[in-house]
Amino acid sequence: MARYDRAITVFSPDGHLFQVEYALEAVRKGNAAVGVRGTDVVVLGVEKKSTAKLQDARSVRKIVSLDDHIALVCAGLKADARVLVNRARIECQSHRLTVEDPVTVEYITRYIAGLQQKYTQSGGVRPFGLSTLIVGFDPYTGVPSLYQTDPSGAFSAWKANATGRNSNSMREFLEKNYKETSGQETVKLAIRALLEVVESGGKNIEIAVMTKEHGLRQLEEAEIDAIVAEIEAEKAAAEAAKKAPPKET
Amino acid sequence: MGIRAILSSHLPNGQFGRHSLCLAAVGREHKKLPTLYFDIYRFSKQFPPLLLSIFGLSASDLCSFSFLFNLSLKIMKLDTSGLESAASLFGASSELFDGFATAPSFELPVTNDFDGFQKEAIQMVKPAKGTTTLAFIFKEGVMVAADSRASMGGYISSQSVKKIIEINPYMLGTMAGGAADCQFWHRNLGIKCRLHELANKRRISVTGASKLLANILYSYRGMGLSVGTMIAGWDETGPGLYYVDSEGGRLKGTRFSVGSGSPYAYGVLDSGYRYDLSIEEAAELARRAIYHATFRDGASGGVASVYYVGPNGWKKLSGDDVGELHYKYYPVMPSTVEQEMVEVSGA
Repeated sequence: MARYDRAITVFSPDGHLFQVEYALEAVRKGNAAVGVRGTDVVVLGVEKKSTAKLQDARSVRKIVSLDDHIALVCAGLKADARVLVNRARIECQSHRLTVEDPVTVEYITRYIAGLQQKYTQSGGVRPFGLSTLIVGFDPYTGVPSLYQTDPSGAFSAWKANATGRNSNSMREFLEKNYKETSGQETVKLAIRALLEVVESGGKNIEIAVMTKEHGLRQLEEAEIDAIVAEIEAEKAAAEAAKKAPPKET
Repeated sequence: MGIRAILSSHLPNGQFGRHSLCLAAVGREHKKLPTLYFDIYRFSKQFPPLLLSIFGLSASDLCSFSFLFNLSLKIMKLDTSGLESAASLFGASSELFDGFATAPSFELPVTNDFDGFQKEAIQMVKPAKGTTTLAFIFKEGVMVAADSRASMGGYISSQSVKKIIEINPYMLGTMAGGAADCQFWHRNLGIKCRLHELANKRRISVTGASKLLANILYSYRGMGLSVGTMIAGWDETGPGLYYVDSEGGRLKGTRFSVGSGSPYAYGVLDSGYRYDLSIEEAAELARRAIYHATFRDGASGGVASVYYVGPNGWKKLSGDDVGELHYKYYPVMPSTVEQEMVEVSGA
């Protein structure tokens, strides 16, 4: 088996591309990230590892915008993310130039996924070690979308998804609790999913909300703290309600 | 115009490798090609340390590579992606390492006088846009009309040329200029539109289609293409009309007429145009404009075809011979016979 994991372009006898799978491992070590699609809003959330005291927090932005109507968050190698995001931004503008139209979310996802796939089929390069969650609105129909790509170059659309550290537990939570939401409810759902795996508190979570009218907006720490407090209160109320009925009988 | 000169160079230990030296010369430097070799020599003389560190050679070695120049001199990068039948959407594999797709290119013949070569090429094709085509947007959609005469100088080579080209069921292009150029590039545009549709699961807009064509024509600018076309269609934003020509120009508008008969057509079109015409009125206006152009312009004639582009695509409305149209508009009236002179008998 060890013989088949050196070169990226070599399949193993049982059909694996080991380098791609190792790239997925790198993703699993990355920050937890979640994306939820609502009816009129899309929310991205990511775990913020505590920054060192001397580090300027503003220079470490995990949720980036690719164009006015498209945003992206990734889990995995941050340097790879920078390169990929730059190429995607160029492609967004190039598309605007050649067809005088903003890109659709599906188009730019297909481009990013295609780029990631290209690096799994060339000599002398390694795959990008990151999975991305891409959200945005269709420039004409205004329909919100959420897409995920991974190091193999596969992509698909989701109603809600998580990637990075402990993504399985986040996804399970989302599967259990997902329903069509809009506005603040969508934000709360995203934060609740993140709180499953991340230490509670505004300084450990970064949330960005995208709407058709106002584009991407990063939530302030104070706002996040307020919503977290709301969620905690709701949880406590639910706990109390659960304990109450048995007493009555 | 810029030049890119790609040199082949020897590595010091005798291996054969390739280095690119990009010399961007601003201005029409390509006229001075023979002296370019000496420029490199002089340049290398002035800055031997710089070049030595790049190539590991002496300046005289560099000059001797002028003979290798003609093997790999690329004067202009042409967009030949139009000539591929299935243009890859992600570009060539060289895109792996930079963000921009390098356009496929081919080598042009090396001459001393490139300007003259260009002029001769253009003269050979001699853009004689002997035709009349027009298109206008109105309340119900777009009306497109054209004549059908092809002329070679004073010789009428055909009276039945299809000058309105069907790019796809909801987009039309008109032909003025070189027939082969228009036909080929419209068909090629049709391919690109279809590929866009398949990749993006939605139709390309008229804006996008005209932009694709304009970009292609711009990359062939100065090479002797002769295309004066209008792209008319209906997309998600409603009716669209663009004028695109082989100089690389692209204009959005509501009324256009192209060709040698266009002044005459404009006269009739502009005086009869109203935005709220009905489909029949608009068709009649278009037909009349073409007729008047064919009446006065020798290079236009044959059949006046009128097409309508609406929300469900295009539809051919009529194709009338302009000779018959003439007698429809100006029917023969029996003229009053002049009183015959009666011979006066001798006084």
